[in-house]
Amino acid sequence: MTVDNTVIPAFPPLSKTPTGIVGFDEITLGGLPTGRPSLICGAAGCGKTLFGVTFLVRGAVDHGEPGVFMSFEERPRDLVDNVASLGYDLQGLVDSKLIAIDHVHVDRSEIEETGEYDFEGLFVRLGYAIDTIGAKRVVLDTIEALFASFTDAAVLRAELRRLFYWLKERGVTTVVTGERGNGQLTRYGIEEYVSDCVILLDNRVVEQITTRRLRVIKYRGSSHGTNEYPFFIDAQGITVLPITAAGLNHSASHEVIATGIDGLDRMLAKGGFFRGSSVLVSGLAGTGKTTFGASFVKACCERGERCLYFSFEESQSQLLRNLESVGISLEGYIAADLLRVESARPSLYGLEVHLSRMYREIIAFKPHAVVIDPISAFRGPESEVHATLLRLVDLLKQNGITAIFTSLSDAKLRAHGLDREVSSLMDVWVSLGTVEADGEHNRLLYVLKARGMGHSNQVREYHIDSHGISLVRPYVGPHGVLTGSARLNQEARELREGELRKQLVEQRKREKDKNRLLLERKIAEMRAALEAEEFEENVLLDDESRQLLSDDDVRQRLAQARGAVE
Amino acid sequence: MSDVQPQPIDANAVGVEGHYSLRLYVAGQTPKSVTALRNLQRICEEYLAGAYTIEVIDLRVTPQLAAGDQILALPTLVRHLPTPLVKIIGDLSNTDKVLVGLDIRRDQPPRVEPSA
Repeated sequence: MTVDNTVIPAFPPLSKTPTGIVGFDEITLGGLPTGRPSLICGAAGCGKTLFGVTFLVRGAVDHGEPGVFMSFEERPRDLVDNVASLGYDLQGLVDSKLIAIDHVHVDRSEIEETGEYDFEGLFVRLGYAIDTIGAKRVVLDTIEALFASFTDAAVLRAELRRLFYWLKERGVTTVVTGERGNGQLTRYGIEEYVSDCVILLDNRVVEQITTRRLRVIKYRGSSHGTNEYPFFIDAQGITVLPITAAGLNHSASHEVIATGIDGLDRMLAKGGFFRGSSVLVSGLAGTGKTTFGASFVKACCERGERCLYFSFEESQSQLLRNLESVGISLEGYIAADLLRVESARPSLYGLEVHLSRMYREIIAFKPHAVVIDPISAFRGPESEVHATLLRLVDLLKQNGITAIFTSLSDAKLRAHGLDREVSSLMDVWVSLGTVEADGEHNRLLYVLKARGMGHSNQVREYHIDSHGISLVRPYVGPHGVLTGSARLNQEARELREGELRKQLVEQRKREKDKNRLLLERKIAEMRAALEAEEFEENVLLDDESRQLLSDDDVRQRLAQARGAVE
Repeated sequence: MSDVQPQPIDANAVGVEGHYSLRLYVAGQTPKSVTALRNLQRICEEYLAGAYTIEVIDLRVTPQLAAGDQILALPTLVRHLPTPLVKIIGDLSNTDKVLVGLDIRRDQPPRVEPSA
């Protein structure tokens, strides 16, 4: 695992020895100071011994550096058994002379002190163990126990000072553990002798949830991360979470991937989300946030990409069963190792531990997309939740992983809630809501923001049915956007009105037609009458001319008859 | 490292009731170790004449022996016999404390070797 947030100078001023503890070496820019003693202090049960064992085991296994474990508390047998659960074969390493365990047991009752003494015996034993296996690393766990066994604290202090000086001379990298005392880092104040590097482990309980934290108090000659870093111990040893918010240097992809919902794709100018973007799907209860996430998962898996689904509300089988009901079947993808569902109750661990676990899963599974359902399940101080998400988003962006975060909004607190807190981290924000009208709730969505692309400003109604999520064609009328039955009613009403209008128009058209026919008929009649008039007129004219002719004829014949010539 | 082992000390082997089997751990010839050995020899001669064995173990020579008796402080006197195991650390300069530690009564008359 590498987190390259920090620039390591070209000439490191101090040689460092990697501890092999995931994340710790990043915080300290390389590990513990080589050849010097470092103090690991903390209250009981903080993981000091485990820190030491891990330092030795990883050194032996990964770097071939043998190590000596000098235990002042646990017996070697117990030690071997205790770390076996982490998969460390301590006995095997002892047998192959990579690790030497020396148990220093002092029984106060069988010791009598008389006269001057020193702790040369301790030096002899340690020196012998170091020489036997050629150790480069030494752990003293917990050397302060000696204070309870010897009365002469002044001698012991002087000898411890000499011991640490001697260890430095020998050039072995040493981890000294110390129990935290009142008002000081260790019970007997040995931090004043081991002052090159001091690491504080802490185990804090807030609201009944324990979170382990680690802080580098000082590190002479080196810069280091100064924050308190959460860490946790589980079957894979110690994991420290070094992700800082410092890195804003991830490269942005231009590739667009489908959201898994056709209508939503069309609302986004590019037709989907940018790869590597962080998408917030916020909404009230029952708005289908999980279904939105699952639709995206399905689309990813169909493309052959790997998805990691963190479910904080439902177990895997419940999630799969419920998604079947909306036509999203994911079991095949799980079988094909394209999808992994990680379910855990949010209250099981502290925020930081959740984050660490997610971090590790993400690093291990290398998904293309991640769904976190929901982020609102994380309870805690607002600033902590925000910091946690910030680091998670950073991690995902660093790795170019597209992420869907669902968030349950509270209707009342909506304006002040988590949504606003995280919105600055998100590239795309799809807001889901419901409107109540006419005795029904209807689901609406709109794209609140989509960095780097245009998006529809429309509020869209969507349905969730056995085929998943589908967006409904919007009805935008004179009275705003209508949804559900109101929309259907309105559409029906419009249809009816349209038909009525059509009928009316047709009726009027028919009437007009009739009128026209009437008029045309009248025109025809009048034309006929006119024609009749004209005919009669012609007949009269003809008669007249014939009469005139005949009159002339008669006059001539009369004249002839009279015998007179005119 | 050579496999140097201390001679096993066994009450039966010694075979004497009240026999003191003592081991003095030192690291080189330091003033403290020299003082301790001298004090030990004096006390033993005085109170346990003839009924003791002293084995001086120099951890500079045989460091592997330190872990066996859980030696930390030096010099350390270990009383293996009689049981229980007792450790006295320091240069043994306080005779009373040494006697208490070794469980030797002061009023116990110094043993006199039967003359031949």
